[in-house]
Order: sequence, then C-alpha cells, then structure tokens
Amino acid sequence: MTAGRSSKEIENYYQGLKKDIEASGYNFSPDEEFVKELLESILINKERYGYEACPCRLASGNKEEDLDIICPCDYRDPDLGEYDACFCGLYVSGKILAGEKRFTSIPERRPGPDERAKTMQEAKDAKIEFKFPVWRCRVCGYLCARDEPPEICPICKVGKERFERFM
Amino acid sequence: MDFEHVKGENKGKLVLFALSTCGWCKKTRVLMEELGAEYDYIYVDLLQGEDRDEAVEALKVWNPQVSFPTLIVNDKESIVGFDQDRIMEILG
Repeated sequence: MTAGRSSKEIENYYQGLKKDIEASGYNFSPDEEFVKELLESILINKERYGYEACPCRLASGNKEEDLDIICPCDYRDPDLGEYDACFCGLYVSGKILAGEKRFTSIPERRPGPDERAKTMQEAKDAKIEFKFPVWRCRVCGYLCARDEPPEICPICKVGKERFERFM
Repeated sequence: MDFEHVKGENKGKLVLFALSTCGWCKKTRVLMEELGAEYDYIYVDLLQGEDRDEAVEALKVWNPQVSFPTLIVNDKESIVGFDQDRIMEILG
C-alpha cells in the first residue's frame, strides 16, 4: 500500500492537515500511525477516483453520488457529537483525546444505497420559493441566503459542491 | 466472487467483506490473524463492474447498509464494524 507514496509525502500531508483542522477546533485521533494510514488511503482514493473519498466507505466513482463521503464527510460532526469519533476513527472529540473514552469503531450513519437513492430524489422534488434561496453546508451546518453558495465554506473550508438547498 | 484465503486454524466458516483502504478492516484482519483463524476475505473497493455489483449484493443480504468491515460467521451471523469483543468471543 505504501508504493508510490513516500513517508515524507504522508508526513507533510499529515502535518499540514493537522494544523488546519486544529485551528478549526477539530482533532485527529491520538493514534498517529492509524491516522497516517488513513491519510495515505485518502490519497490513494484521490488518485483512484479524483476526489478524497472516505477510505472506510465504498466510493462509487461518481462524484455526485459520493459528495456526502468526501472527507470531511457529512457524517463527521454528528458522529463526533454522538460517538466522539468519526466513522473511520480519523477525527475524535476532546474526550477521546484526553483518554476519557475508549477509541473504537462506531456504527455507520450513512444510509444504505437504496435509501440514499430515495432521499436524493426527495431532495430534488422539494422546492419552496423565497426571495433568496438558503444554502446549508452539509459538513458544518453554516447557512447563508444568497443566489449561489459561496465558493468555499467560510467556516469549515469545504467546496461549493458540499452545499445543499436548505429553504 | 474471488475470495483471498488466509490459512490458519479452522474456527468455523469466516467470510470477511472489507476495503483495502479502511483502518478498521485492517484491524479486523490483524486481530483474526493474531487469533490464528482460517478465513476468506474480499476487498470490494478493488473490484470493478459486475464483480463489484455481485459482491455488494451478496453483502447487502447480511448488511443492507453495505458498510465495512462485515464478517459473516458460519453463514449465520454478521459482525458489522471492528467489534473486538465479539470477534474474540467467537474466535478466542
């Protein structure tokens, strides 16, 4: 699995991301080796699919279908709130970081393929008209009322494609 | 479906659906190997086209969310996620 990627490349990726996420109040798991393996897997997925698909979920290869599992995924924040870790164990809460809670695998929050297809259709059908549409960042919950979502979420820095029409 | 076989002690029929990139899948394999169990596994992310569809459909029967790792024990029980305690109970 390490073929093609030097430990220096992984180290740089790790250090850069760690600085960014900590500045936004997030933490990586204290198991540094585990984190680096996951980051390497994200790089593998980026090469394989063209985007940073979650390494612990089966990406379809169709970006539109996988928007919810591009790391950081839509499920990270609810999982941190409920289980103190994201599904992969890449991100953890302060509780786990402080050793107050056991670091382990958590249940999958992402709906199965059949249910996802249904939800996508429902979202397309639902439209209410306001003076401006309200856009919601699916990663951090940031809301804004304007014609288009921002290029980059001002709060969590994910791209425009991670916004959904909220109202 | 082409499963990879890992040699070890026969502790029942163990079939693992996993992803080559997933941390908990790796921990599951390491634990099973530490316990010396014989098992079959498949990395679904490395499959393409019909092979992948076939594996997903086979997994869906046991785990409709199609999440990884999923370990099928004796065609009877599925252990979803890295459930260290349950794996040790069965293979310990």
